[in-house]
Amino acid sequence: MSVLIDYVAGILIVIGALFTLTASVGLLRLPDLYTRMHAASKAGTLGSCVVLIALAVQAHDFAIATRALAGVAFFLLTAPISAHLLAKAAHSAGYRLWQGSVRDDMADAAQPRQTTQS
Amino acid sequence: MLRLLSVLLLAVAWAAVTGSFSPPNLLFGLLLGIASLFLFRDEVGKSSGAFHPLRVLSLSVLFVKELIVSAWRVAKLVLSPRMDLRPGIFSYPLQVDRDFEITLLANLITLTPGTLSVDVSEDRRTLYVHAIDCSDPDAARRDIAEGFERKIMEAFR
Repeated sequence: MSVLIDYVAGILIVIGALFTLTASVGLLRLPDLYTRMHAASKAGTLGSCVVLIALAVQAHDFAIATRALAGVAFFLLTAPISAHLLAKAAHSAGYRLWQGSVRDDMADAAQPRQTTQS
Repeated sequence: MLRLLSVLLLAVAWAAVTGSFSPPNLLFGLLLGIASLFLFRDEVGKSSGAFHPLRVLSLSVLFVKELIVSAWRVAKLVLSPRMDLRPGIFSYPLQVDRDFEITLLANLITLTPGTLSVDVSEDRRTLYVHAIDCSDPDAARRDIAEGFERKIMEAFR
């Protein structure tokens, strides 16, 4: 039984690590802050959560398991907020969208008829 | 009702973080929950909407599924040799109007495939969403309206 648990935890850790790796690859390869936030907020969150769940599965201590699961819950609550605030701050600071972007309704609303398309 | 639920939730969170579900600790968590809700008494409980546990559960299941799909798509995208990107920000007309519903919707949008909420307009009627593939904003709007927004309205009204 404990061998089985170890296997499950091991597999979860590898999956979580792979997602975290793709999140960092995304940070390096994607062209601007907004697209990078996609990688960081989604793949990064899932990666960290899966690793924490692996900890909860493997921990033979109830207290550690509940703390790990609480960590998952707080991650899911806070990650989108930080992503949202970074994107909002960048946009209001005038950080342009990547030149390949196809539309920007927000800039259109702020100053009509001046798209950032190029 | 909503306040009672928040206090209970805070007590459970306290017990989970401290790692002990013993009655004294739960009681202490309840007291802490009441004290912290007291600090936010003007914000919490104003919106006295309904609450349907089963539909909230269904919303949570949908959310976990979408999060996994979304992480998978990001992984596939960044690992493909030629990234096919058509990013952009589109506006989304909000149907939900209460603050916590907008917050919930914005958070869910951020964690789901290809979309990231950037800002809410001053009048709280429009949500600006950044999409990694913005070639068809109408389809994206429809997805949100028929997916999360409908579920949120079902769960909390």
